[in-house]
Amino acid sequence: MKTIKFLLRKEFKQIFRNRTILIMIMVMPVIQLLILPLAANYDVKDINLSVVDHDRSSFSQKLISKITASGYFRLQGYNAFFKDAFRLIESDKADLILEIPQGFERNLVRENAQKIFIAVNAINGTKAGLGAAYLMQIIGNFNSDIRLEWPLGNGNNSIPKIEITSSNWFNPFLNYNIFMVPGILAILVTMVGGFLTALNIVKEKEVGTIEQINVTPIKKQYFILGKLIPFWILGNIVFSIGLLISWLIYHIVPVGNIFVLYGFIWLFLLAVLGFGLLVSTYSDTQQQAMLIMFFFMMIFILMGGLFTPIDSMPGWAKVIARFNPLSYMIDVMRMVILKGSGWKDIFPQLWKIALFAVVLNTWAILNYRKTA
Amino acid sequence: MNWQEARRGWNNFKKMKQFIAFVKKEFYHVLRDKRTLLILFGMPVMQILIFGFALTNEVKNAKILIVDHAKDISSQKIITEIAAGKYFKIEKVISDDKQIEPAFKKGVIHVAIVFPANFHQDLMHLNKIQIQIIADASDPNLATTLTNYISAIIQDYQSGLNKTFSVPFQIIPDVRMLYNPQLKGAPNFVPGVMALVLLLVCVLMTAISIVKEKETGTMEILLVSPFKPVLVILAKAVPYLLVSLINLASILLLSVYVLGVPINGSLLLLFAESTLFIITCLTLGIFISIKTNTQQAAMLVSLMGMLLPTVLFSGFMFPIENMPVALQIFSNIVPSKWYYIIVKSIMIKGVGFSVIWKETLILAAIMVFLFFLSLKSFKIRMQ
Amino acid sequence: MQEIVIKTDKLTKRFGDFTAVSEITFDVYKGEIFGFLGANGAGKTTAMRMLIGLSKPTSGSATVAGFDVYKQTENIKKNIGYMSQKFSLYEDLTVLENIIFYGGIYGLGNAQIKTKSDELIAGLGLQNEARKLVASLPLGWKQKLSFSVALLHEPKIVFLDEPTGGVDPVTRRQFWDLIYAASDNGITIFVTTHYMDEAEYCNRISIMVDGKIEALDSPENLKKQFNTGSMDDVFYELARGAKRVE
Repeated sequence: MKTIKFLLRKEFKQIFRNRTILIMIMVMPVIQLLILPLAANYDVKDINLSVVDHDRSSFSQKLISKITASGYFRLQGYNAFFKDAFRLIESDKADLILEIPQGFERNLVRENAQKIFIAVNAINGTKAGLGAAYLMQIIGNFNSDIRLEWPLGNGNNSIPKIEITSSNWFNPFLNYNIFMVPGILAILVTMVGGFLTALNIVKEKEVGTIEQINVTPIKKQYFILGKLIPFWILGNIVFSIGLLISWLIYHIVPVGNIFVLYGFIWLFLLAVLGFGLLVSTYSDTQQQAMLIMFFFMMIFILMGGLFTPIDSMPGWAKVIARFNPLSYMIDVMRMVILKGSGWKDIFPQLWKIALFAVVLNTWAILNYRKTA
Repeated sequence: MNWQEARRGWNNFKKMKQFIAFVKKEFYHVLRDKRTLLILFGMPVMQILIFGFALTNEVKNAKILIVDHAKDISSQKIITEIAAGKYFKIEKVISDDKQIEPAFKKGVIHVAIVFPANFHQDLMHLNKIQIQIIADASDPNLATTLTNYISAIIQDYQSGLNKTFSVPFQIIPDVRMLYNPQLKGAPNFVPGVMALVLLLVCVLMTAISIVKEKETGTMEILLVSPFKPVLVILAKAVPYLLVSLINLASILLLSVYVLGVPINGSLLLLFAESTLFIITCLTLGIFISIKTNTQQAAMLVSLMGMLLPTVLFSGFMFPIENMPVALQIFSNIVPSKWYYIIVKSIMIKGVGFSVIWKETLILAAIMVFLFFLSLKSFKIRMQ
Repeated sequence: MQEIVIKTDKLTKRFGDFTAVSEITFDVYKGEIFGFLGANGAGKTTAMRMLIGLSKPTSGSATVAGFDVYKQTENIKKNIGYMSQKFSLYEDLTVLENIIFYGGIYGLGNAQIKTKSDELIAGLGLQNEARKLVASLPLGWKQKLSFSVALLHEPKIVFLDEPTGGVDPVTRRQFWDLIYAASDNGITIFVTTHYMDEAEYCNRISIMVDGKIEALDSPENLKKQFNTGSMDDVFYELARGAKRVE
């Protein structure tokens, strides 16, 4: 037991003398939490619109004003010919083209219906979908306004109307940061814990000090514990710094109990470190460890449910997501911080992560053999 | 040809042979590390598969909570519509408002719809009725999308009612989606994956491979050889150039045959621009290796200094135009931003050099700048 | 009869088809300096790794300090010291910190560690370097420090794997002075080397060629046996027929 004390002293001395690690745990959280949320904004706004107006009536003018007044669109061009507008799309200056046919107003009255033409740069499918939807919504509203103004046709009041009221809970201002920041923090902790642990052990392998340790009477378990504990503590430090930043800069205050959060983080760190440990047993060089870690990190991050919903994934991808410890962490972060979920609510995630921790660490310990 | 020229020619030829021998040695290093190689080639495949098939902003099977106080024909009709589509899966039907919040807290449902009592009656006789949609806005976009979908279903139902009453003056939008009519995600991210993978291999691997020799001391031995130091470093970069080209080819093949995203423009131009980008990244990797002394540090700088900005600022994961102006300006020095635009234009829009010459110039300028920076730093180190 | 501290009987290690160490049999007596010689690739390091519990033999038997190499490796480790080719001190810790660490790992009490580290530092004359990082020491000092640290817990046997690589003859000589001192104190020294002049310093040596022990005796007897004037020539006679060259 006493040997652990000596192991820990050595580890901490080495960590604090290692400038790279110190930068990683101090600077990285700050930068990531400051810049990432600023950049990771999926709001669709400022869509560049080019109008080709063959009608040029006060009517079409009204429509165009209504569109620009909405705030979603920026009028980039007002062309006479479609091909000019198309060139704007080719050079990425416009995202959408709205083409109003000649005699728009007149034909609408005469034939009771009139087509209006929209072309969308759909390379970014999400943006295109939302942009088209907004535009059509505005046109639809314009349409209803006309029907109210023009006395022709039967009155509107005999048509049954369903009014939809929508409310947004837990994040009434649809603040994207509240959503992203806890998730980014989860990713951060995972990366720091996993990378540092894996690299640290592989470095000892590369340099040869691990062989020296293997010849001493230190038991496997103690050696591994001596590696896990310092990085577990570091993980907690990074997490706490992250929470502090979230509070100071984004004013995110956990709605739920902070002990629930920390309780989960403690288990989660064990799982992540176990994973780093496991990777280190399968790597001979730091380069390999780095690459293997990075490979899995990419998968974890992309399929963690932060950028795209897990529910929308096909069956096989959902299975992979279920084996992704990060997805549970992101869930719990959001649930506890934004919705105030408690121990009972996060119990499913809790025992799954505990299972991860046990399996990964056991596997790693079994792999790490002092005798070959 | 006099004998001076001949001798010079022979010396250059010898140097060439030495260089090739050196490059061969570097290839052995890379080829022997099977684990690394596996990951280097497997990573683009993995990313394409994930981006192509797993990641989508489309909403499917979203779990919805139905709070039905009415339990009449109209509410039933709407509920059936909701269940019938692929967008939603009904998690539970309840009639107690107090159960709504705990259900959200459990984290299973993302949205709830509330039908008031006497729904059908009020709809028919009062001609107006309210339905409430409650969305879990911790994910704002998902909330908005789900709300929109439900609204669309309700509006569908509404226009069904409308048909029995004819509505005048209908403006009918005719929408055409350009370049990507099926609104697939692939055309957007395939260029991004290309930038990411090429960057990873060229910057990270090159930097680490050179720094490793520094760390273990073998670099000194190489520097003492009759080789010019510059050639030593170039030789290290060459294998990764080849790996990158292979990765490029595999990504394009996957994109065309597995994802169904064709290459609309000139393949030659695509490869030429890609080679420019690869060389830029290699130069960057070399620069990092000159400035750092340990593998750990090289990794940190590569990941934080290059990978993160690429993911953020190339524009394929997050739209640049949404970012604060300062970040938008910063994104201009990130080489992958320009490469992403170039690839998108060539691959998806099928345009030629005349449209992207500006971006190409900028990329080339960045590369030249990095090259001279590295050369200068290297010379300083040698002193 | 002298006490036997290392006993091996037909000890063998195979890696697939390749037999690295083939049926080596020898004894090592308490307090002797036993040189384990051989060319690079002859199997010295592999053999040693089996004796110190880093590698499981394929067949044959061996005991070290009375403990079996198959089943009692943890006990072996408690009773031996080891200095690897790479010296294996932590470069980013100070001299003092390394001593304290290894002392603690081997179960020494705090008071013991203090006494021993004072002794060690004084003995090597490292008073001024005690608080400096090991990385800043010259190679020769690192070697001597490694050796001394290996002796901290007063092990019965010390295994040295090519301990004197890369230093000048004077420093090497100083190192061997330390070995002599340890041997005088009853510690058995098991040292591998390919410096033939160091072979002369040992009580007995064995020479491995292609995985087998081809010679086992004192340096004088070997020179007489092969009718040569130096260990270099003895080695040359034996090794030139060797098939395994690194």
